[in-house]
Amino acid sequence: MKELGIRRAVSAMPIAGSYRSIDFVLSNMSNSHIQKVGVFTQYNAGSLGEHLSSSKWWDFGRKQGGLFVFTPTVTADNNSWYRGTADSIYQNLSFLRNSHEPYVVIASGDCVYKMDFNKLLEYHIEKKADITVVCRDADDLSGLDRFGTVKMNEDHRIEEFEEKPVVAKSSTISCGIYVVRRRALIEMIEKCAEEDRYDFVRDVLIRFKDIKRIYGYKIKDYWRNIASVDDYYNTNMDFLKPEIRDYFFRQYPNIYSKVDDLPPAKYNIGAQIKNSLIASGTIVNGAVEDSVVFRETYIGNNCFIKNSIILNDVYIGDNTHIENCIVESHGTIRANSFYKGEDGIKIVVEKNERFII
Amino acid sequence: MIKKEMIAMLLAGGQGSRLGVLTSKMAKPAVSFGGKYRIIDFPLSNCINSGIDTVGVLTQYQPLRLNTHIGIGIPWDLDRNVGGVTVLPPYEKSENSEWYTGTANAIYQNIDYMETYNPDYVLILSGDHIYKMDYEVMLDFHKANNAEVTIAVMPVPMEEAKRFGIMITDDKGQITEFEEKPEHPRSNLASMGIYIFNWKTLKDALVTMADQPALDFGKHVIPHCHKQGSPLFAYEFNGYWKDVGTLESYWQANMELIDIVPEFNLYEEYWKIYTKSDTLPPQYFSTDSVVERSIIGEGSEIFGKVYNSVIGCGVTVEKDAVIRDSIIMNGTTVGSGTEIYKAIVAENVEIGAGSKLGVGDEAPNETDPKIYNAGLVTIGEKSYIPDGITIGKNSVVFGKTEAADYDNGYLASGKTLVKAGDEQ
Repeated sequence: MKELGIRRAVSAMPIAGSYRSIDFVLSNMSNSHIQKVGVFTQYNAGSLGEHLSSSKWWDFGRKQGGLFVFTPTVTADNNSWYRGTADSIYQNLSFLRNSHEPYVVIASGDCVYKMDFNKLLEYHIEKKADITVVCRDADDLSGLDRFGTVKMNEDHRIEEFEEKPVVAKSSTISCGIYVVRRRALIEMIEKCAEEDRYDFVRDVLIRFKDIKRIYGYKIKDYWRNIASVDDYYNTNMDFLKPEIRDYFFRQYPNIYSKVDDLPPAKYNIGAQIKNSLIASGTIVNGAVEDSVVFRETYIGNNCFIKNSIILNDVYIGDNTHIENCIVESHGTIRANSFYKGEDGIKIVVEKNERFII
Repeated sequence: MIKKEMIAMLLAGGQGSRLGVLTSKMAKPAVSFGGKYRIIDFPLSNCINSGIDTVGVLTQYQPLRLNTHIGIGIPWDLDRNVGGVTVLPPYEKSENSEWYTGTANAIYQNIDYMETYNPDYVLILSGDHIYKMDYEVMLDFHKANNAEVTIAVMPVPMEEAKRFGIMITDDKGQITEFEEKPEHPRSNLASMGIYIFNWKTLKDALVTMADQPALDFGKHVIPHCHKQGSPLFAYEFNGYWKDVGTLESYWQANMELIDIVPEFNLYEEYWKIYTKSDTLPPQYFSTDSVVERSIIGEGSEIFGKVYNSVIGCGVTVEKDAVIRDSIIMNGTTVGSGTEIYKAIVAENVEIGAGSKLGVGDEAPNETDPKIYNAGLVTIGEKSYIPDGITIGKNSVVFGKTEAADYDNGYLASGKTLVKAGDEQ
């Protein structure tokens, strides 16, 4: 039916204790009954590859369609990396050509949201659009220079599209989710490639906006991009709010992820947990406040962790103080350490030797 | 031709009646254990970790939960092109259709299944024990001794020995005699109900003994093999092995998991226990929550206080609720201000606000004192307990109860309140 392109391995960033960023878009696709999904990746794709080791977590292991991963390949007539989003699609154009589905959904893997793509497609058809762009009013006006901003007319046709403007003319941002007819996409991508243009937003959306009917589909629901440290931190912290947990964890449809077969989390004497999320496989002996702790973390005796994100498989020795930090996964923090982000979030990468008893 | 060196047959059809209301709607192997697991996860995980990829699961009593849990075996990596897990219920035959009448009879009725895989050895397991065991090591022992039957045994305290089938062995481990629940045991090696048979020996015995009513391994097949002169060996196992056949032992085994370094350690990377996980999200603890010496499953939200307890997945413990020394299974909600002491609360139960469970003096249970004892309160699955109810010890509640079912909001110790509705 539709397919997907993804840009970078930010998609593999862990979110909300148990998930990775790409789980949200993949689950949305699965829940919207999109059966054929192509993932385009090149940067640091190790953990993404591990995460995508099987398509069964998202129920893509069907006879129709499936999950396809495209990394850059060297062939007789091509030996370059993906030089941009449009180029990644161009280099794998046969995937699109050989598909029979009429529409393509293009989305990135670095956003946290729930969406029924069928509604988007209905809107796209109703508006007789060539391309439909999902957009949303920005929550934070100061961060507009990291997004594409759009200006729509009354009919929601996009009149202006600026990529990462220094001074934005509109506070409506593009969510980086598009729907387009497959044949039209192939045509536009081929045209771009002929002119050695490689970026989907700059070279397709912006250049074609006056000759193609490009419409905006405005959403009001929760949507966050996690590509900056602050956004990543804040998005994880959002899950401490009951309404966000209810929206993602309890309301149908669910978000799926790779199952890791970890034991339940364990709380020994001395554990004091306040307003925090703790994932499975974790053992807690110390105090955790206003934090998100990912899987398989060990928190030693008399530790104090506040306003922090502890990623997967971190070992924290006794008497350690961690405040306003993001601790990188697989880290080992020695006993009696002290880390505090003074102005802003501090990223802690500690690869000490770990001695397992 | 398909060829598997050893296949496993897992007996999962028993009710486990001593677990009371926990098994009134599901077979014992499907009962939750340790927060997120079910009892059958342990033998199934042992199989795949031991390199056995062909497992027949024999079901009979209330198999729905078991069937949905096992599915096609994906969580245990038992979804295979050849082999994998197969659920084997009793089936109708052109003449003399019958239920599985005994452990060995169930295996006998599935000779065709075993024959398909052309095995050299067949491993017989039961689905109601908690342990980690490498069956491959046991098979090596079996081969090294040229045994035809190997029985896994474990040393138990002499005074406990009269509750088990006891093996008497010579110094090489060969079984010379055995006694079923002897008054005066002469050995402390108790059978764990785990057998490796040479396929030919097993098949001969089953076919020869086919007419024996309620054909049982311990009572009939093993004595028969012994009489035929087959070499029987006892494989001594010294790891953790727990029979969770009674509510007290079930509760005890769960509580052992919360020790600082439990004897049965689920946190080892080396021998993972797999289960079907329906819930993925992390757990949430509110600012007022307290949690100590507990294990808690995915997606649970704790606003109250939890001490010394095993909490399943997707459980909600509301504000000011207190849970102590208890097992709360998946999907249960505990209302605000409710206090629960030493209770086993099954799946998807709803307990209202301001109730108290497990308080007052002990009194023996009026209907089944052999099942409901040790001061435990047991609540069956999908039960509902309204606000402001007080429930005593050694009591049991099952069904959607209303305030009118209680004597002024009170259920005294030792009382049984089972409300049969359409669902039961």
